[in-house]
Amino acid sequence: MPRRAMIQAVIYAVVVTGGLVGCSRADASRTDGTNASFAVYDAGAVAGGPGRGTSYAIGHIANDSLVNAMNVDVGQDGGELPAGRGSVADGAVVYAAQCAQCHGAKGEGLPTFPKLVGRDSSAREFQFATEAKGKTIGNYWPYATTIFDYVKRAMPLAAPGSLSDDQVYAITAYLLAANAIIADTVTLDAASLRSIRMPARDKFIVDNRAPNGSTP
Amino acid sequence: MTDLSRRDLIAGAAGFLGGAALAGLPLAVEGQGVAPAAPALPPRPVAPLDATTMPGAPTSALGERSPYYAPGRIPVGTPVGSSRTPLQDLTGTITPSDLHFERHHAGVPMLDPERHTLSIHGLVDRPMSFTVEDIKRFPQITRTYFIECSGNGGAGYRDPKPDTTPQPLAGLFSTSEWTGVPLATLFREVGVKPDATWFLAEGGDACKLARSIPIVKAWDDAMIVWAQNGEPLRPGQGYPMRLLLPGFEGNSNVKWLRRLELGTKPWMTRWETSKYTDPMPDGTARIFTFEIDAKSVITSPCYPQTIAAKGWRSISGLAWSGRGRITRVEVSIDGGSTWHDAELMNTPQPKSTVRFQYMWNWSGAESILLSRASDDAGYVQPTRRAMIAERGLYTDYHFNQIVGWKVDPTGAVTFHGET
Repeated sequence: MPRRAMIQAVIYAVVVTGGLVGCSRADASRTDGTNASFAVYDAGAVAGGPGRGTSYAIGHIANDSLVNAMNVDVGQDGGELPAGRGSVADGAVVYAAQCAQCHGAKGEGLPTFPKLVGRDSSAREFQFATEAKGKTIGNYWPYATTIFDYVKRAMPLAAPGSLSDDQVYAITAYLLAANAIIADTVTLDAASLRSIRMPARDKFIVDNRAPNGSTP
Repeated sequence: MTDLSRRDLIAGAAGFLGGAALAGLPLAVEGQGVAPAAPALPPRPVAPLDATTMPGAPTSALGERSPYYAPGRIPVGTPVGSSRTPLQDLTGTITPSDLHFERHHAGVPMLDPERHTLSIHGLVDRPMSFTVEDIKRFPQITRTYFIECSGNGGAGYRDPKPDTTPQPLAGLFSTSEWTGVPLATLFREVGVKPDATWFLAEGGDACKLARSIPIVKAWDDAMIVWAQNGEPLRPGQGYPMRLLLPGFEGNSNVKWLRRLELGTKPWMTRWETSKYTDPMPDGTARIFTFEIDAKSVITSPCYPQTIAAKGWRSISGLAWSGRGRITRVEVSIDGGSTWHDAELMNTPQPKSTVRFQYMWNWSGAESILLSRASDDAGYVQPTRRAMIAERGLYTDYHFNQIVGWKVDPTGAVTFHGET
């Protein structure tokens, strides 16, 4: 048993010993047939606030290898980026073999698949609400790390997960260069990908709709 | 992808798909903003002249619909696509499970419920995994909620066309009775650390669809559901378990849920950045626009019906809000000059669906029928004109403008979107 899992098992056993206290209260609330928010129901079952201090002792301590195999997401800061590297030139080769049949030879998209490449030097580059223009990685995506995450996660469509990390770095480099965000000579790795600031990075704002519709 | 390119897409789709099949390419069509044609009707079945003169059919393992009633979704796209609920063929508020709309980004996966697990890790005291049977052991709750794709309504917004039925207009919307466990219960089980503020929800489909969700939603009303309308989820709805975020845009209700990771900030996945965001006329874009604002649609009468006779009839439709309870639905028969309170046919529940009706005595004159919903957040459905002024003509999501139907003096009903 790995050391971490063993510690978890011990903690878990301790928690279980004091568990099930919330059971009866939770059961009493189960007859509520309305759609009322159950924040109250939940808070009532948890002494000391949400998320702390009670357990039904159902479930299993997660298997580290199971979680690690799934936990390959790359967040906005790129802290999870794996080792590896890929150049724009290598990316052009991988792109042609793995991506071009759906996204076009130059990332221009096909009728049924999204356009990936395209910039507009005008000040109105981000006018997507009032003009009929296509969103691309270059003109719309706020984070370069998202390219790596998505390609590794979901591409190519017919065989997701089949690309090596080096290949994903290379495709990411190729797409960034095709969108005039990095030079054609760049080789991307974790540090250099993390340092890229996308043109649309500051365009996104938190949802500011008013619940009463005064800003629809 | 903008709707303009989607229109180009449809124009070119047939030829492209033929060529792609020959070339062995994966087939995919973005199935969200399009207005597909209705399928051809099968020949009308022949019933005996007098069914009392002979024995009827025997019992059966599964109850089939009457051969005189054959509703269907309109599937578009393989494997990336959507299929829309035939709202014009339904009554009440619950969507039959086999007619619940589908929208998925990499096909419907086949998952073995004995092998599938939900793992919760990250900023938690105890990273844990739960089988479907584990989920069923927790105290269950049952709630009725709608799910609406945030692209629903695009067909009636940018370029309203008279030959639009409720299905392409609003069929990326369905309502079900969902059963499962509050996500808060599972978060207590793993012991969420105090500094966790967001969680990533990830599906077990081929694109491993992932969305970042604020943790407050888990403490409010988020559920992990395994059942829908009295039976396990249909595969297209996330079998064997999915995330259910009442009132939040459909895409965030991650299907085939396999993993929740607790963290301190949103991940910024492809879906929540490049896709389900809302560009604004001032050159910004709203991100994490989760809530579905109040909305309504009249489903009867509708295109392509013809009203056969003057006189009384029920104008009926559906209203919903992702922010709370529907408090009022008004109907206009004169294009919005005057409004009348409609009857709410069921008790409004938060983030759920109401069926409304308004009795109308048609005089035979041209009439424009509209509906307008309000909710307990104080929201009143806006006109299309107001939405365009606020959000622009080329916005891609969250279309909740007032829409309706024009009835001409012959009784012919066509879509009326220019409100």
